[in-house]
Amino acid sequence: MAAADRFKLFRIRGGVHPQDRKQLSAEQAIEPLPLPPLLHIPLQQHIGAPAEPLVRRGDLVKKGALLAASQGAISAPVHAPTSGRIMGVGGYPAHHASGLSVRTITLKPDGQDEWIDTLDPVVEPFNLPPDEIARRVAEAGIVGMGGATFPSAVKLNLRNRYRLHTLVINGAECEPYLTCDDRLMREQPEQVLDGVLLMARALGVERILLAIENNKPAAQAAMGEAAQAHAWVTVVGLPTRYPMGSEKHLVQTLTGQETPARGLTADIGVVVHNVATALAVHEALRHGRPLISRVMTVSGGAIRTPRNLRVPLGTPLSYLVDYCGGFVREPSRLVSGGPMMGQPLPSTRVPAVKGSNGLLALTDEEVRADREMPCIRCASCVQACPCGLVPLEMAAHIRAGSLDGSVKLGLLDCIGCGSCAYVCPSHIPLSHYFNYAKGELAARQRAQHKQNETKRLAEARSLRLEAAKKAKRAAMLKRKQEQQAKQAKSAEAALSETSQ
Amino acid sequence: MTIKPPLSAPYTHAGTSISRTMGLVMLALLPATLFGFYLFGWPAIFLFASTLLAAVLTEALALRLAGKPVRPFLLDGSALLTGWLLALTLPPWAPWWIGVVGSILAIAVGKQMFGGIGQNLFNPAMVARVALLISFPLEMTLFTTPAPLFSDQAPDLLQSLAITFGNPAPYDAVSSATVLGHLKTELGRGVNLEQAAAGSASLWQLTWGQAAGSLGETSALLILLGGLFLLYKRVISWHIPLAMLGTLAALSGLFHLLNPDHYAGPLTHLLSGAAILGAFFIATDLVTSPSTRRGQLLFGAGCGLLVYIIRTWAGYPEGVAFAVMLMNGCTPLIDHFLKPRIYGRDRRGEPLNYADNGGNN
Repeated sequence: MAAADRFKLFRIRGGVHPQDRKQLSAEQAIEPLPLPPLLHIPLQQHIGAPAEPLVRRGDLVKKGALLAASQGAISAPVHAPTSGRIMGVGGYPAHHASGLSVRTITLKPDGQDEWIDTLDPVVEPFNLPPDEIARRVAEAGIVGMGGATFPSAVKLNLRNRYRLHTLVINGAECEPYLTCDDRLMREQPEQVLDGVLLMARALGVERILLAIENNKPAAQAAMGEAAQAHAWVTVVGLPTRYPMGSEKHLVQTLTGQETPARGLTADIGVVVHNVATALAVHEALRHGRPLISRVMTVSGGAIRTPRNLRVPLGTPLSYLVDYCGGFVREPSRLVSGGPMMGQPLPSTRVPAVKGSNGLLALTDEEVRADREMPCIRCASCVQACPCGLVPLEMAAHIRAGSLDGSVKLGLLDCIGCGSCAYVCPSHIPLSHYFNYAKGELAARQRAQHKQNETKRLAEARSLRLEAAKKAKRAAMLKRKQEQQAKQAKSAEAALSETSQ
Repeated sequence: MTIKPPLSAPYTHAGTSISRTMGLVMLALLPATLFGFYLFGWPAIFLFASTLLAAVLTEALALRLAGKPVRPFLLDGSALLTGWLLALTLPPWAPWWIGVVGSILAIAVGKQMFGGIGQNLFNPAMVARVALLISFPLEMTLFTTPAPLFSDQAPDLLQSLAITFGNPAPYDAVSSATVLGHLKTELGRGVNLEQAAAGSASLWQLTWGQAAGSLGETSALLILLGGLFLLYKRVISWHIPLAMLGTLAALSGLFHLLNPDHYAGPLTHLLSGAAILGAFFIATDLVTSPSTRRGQLLFGAGCGLLVYIIRTWAGYPEGVAFAVMLMNGCTPLIDHFLKPRIYGRDRRGEPLNYADNGGNN
């Protein structure tokens, strides 16, 4: 801890100080959630290609068994959270605002909770070569558990393309309400640190920074104690300011360096992983266990007893709500994740997934929604933006239908942190505008791609037809020639016959 | 269980609103306003009331004509604040119609014709003030010496009604020039500054406010107090006021040093007229000032420069309204050129270069 006090921090611009409301759940120790009657395990719980199912209706599986294999370079496999029978592979509402149906494996627990017998723990994981650590992390289906759900092994392999020097562990947890990372660091500091050291080994870095916001002194102390024996690990206390947990801003606070636009933090030699991801790495290497559960904070003014729960993946969120005593009253919003960047959920009839760090049921008073008024150019959003953007002008462009204008102003540099909308006195849903515009841009790009593809295919087809026609004509010509040759031959023969 | 159709994060808010902002500004103006009421008596109160009432009614009418929802827009408090600011810049014993015409000009022409709140290029109160100054120069420069309420010089209620709503000048008001007006006239006649200043209010009077002047501009101290309150509440930032007053002080100081006989010193400039009111309450108008801190510094400095130029060399003794309006016109340009630097990019918008790290992104 002594080192942490001396660590030099750098200023970042912008940011806001939302009420953190963490006291609702911060003193609730992590409890294991009992198994629900049915688990709904989506095949896609990560950024990248969906996993391909390996099981069929009626199969019996054990806890930790591979249910679906990863597909392609950026993907992650899915494992059974408990033992039981596969009820089917079909559609189930997605963990997403749309609630649209996605491909999901439904598993009926048999209550035995029996592990597979092929668990492959490593006795001395620090003797493994870096590639092998990354391979095992990939096999365990570990993805970024801070919410981004990028397959972690891909990030552990960055050493092949970049010169890396620092691993930053993101324990900022700057979103209000969420306390799951805080609890993990307080309750399992040794295990978290072990995972951190393993990741550092895979990355080949020289130093590790464990960055924790100053509103979590207990977590700082616990991690500091655990890290005492390792001189290259520093626990750094961060000023409490949203969005301190944004990867690029966190790295800038710690190193003073900015990640270039459109680049990765690896461009400046830093890789960032989340606290919960570190624990998952520990579980995978030390115990051979794949990622089949995660810690979630269930909180918000509408929840009777806010809690931190270790949730088997695939558990319907309604089950979590029931376990926390249900709703005190009808929530105004259901949110997956924190209130600043979380996804709205259409209902609790969606499953917990690898990226879900929180379920919030918020009341009207907490949401503080208000009538949208015209922009008064107060520039609060400009002051709050951590990316140096001018949100009010971007929104004006989007409103006027000028996507290109908003891109020129930096739309694609927006990290979607919501600070602008949080401070807007006119209650303009600025993040909503930007999400919409980003979606439109993506759709436009897809359309353009499709158009190009159609054009390419059409051209290829006409070329092919042309070639076929030519071949046909050539064949016909050849046949004709052969026929003529034959006729000529027979005529010749007849001639010679007659001449004889 | 079903939930309301979701929009998008964030699902929490700082709790700010337009009406809260406007309310805080009005709260900050309250001490200077009440002091103005005390200093200039009932006529000032009547003028204030008519100006605010006209502003709100004009806003309501304009909103209805534009087909916008009247209630929420009226409740945002912006029209009330515009009327309030305008009233503070009027001669306290001006007839009621000055305030009413001013409010109509401010709201209808200065604000709603641009498209309503947030759309106007110029500060509505200043649009009105300048239009009034040009159209009714006599009424707009007829200043009275203070006649505090309950004092012997104060007109009684009937006389007060006659001053505001009756025929011009039924009461024998002791009219007087403001400090800046007086200096301008005297200096114009070739009198040197020391003699000219002898006939006008002292710096102490200017600070406290016992001087002839507009309804709410006379007490530099109380206005400053309100301005500091706004800074403390973070409704405004220090950039515009400091840049404006700093530039004004620096320029007046420089010229005063060069020729003390001809140029008034920095304190006179800062304490008289609308300098402080302008710096904290008018130039900082959110709608019409630049959105970046660097832009605000430039904007404030421009205001200070123009105030000094207009006061010293132009035809009007008083320059704040003109200066702020001229700079309002520059705001879009300032905003265009002084954008913040985007994270991860240089000032030209190109991504920062760390190509030496082996990355191929």
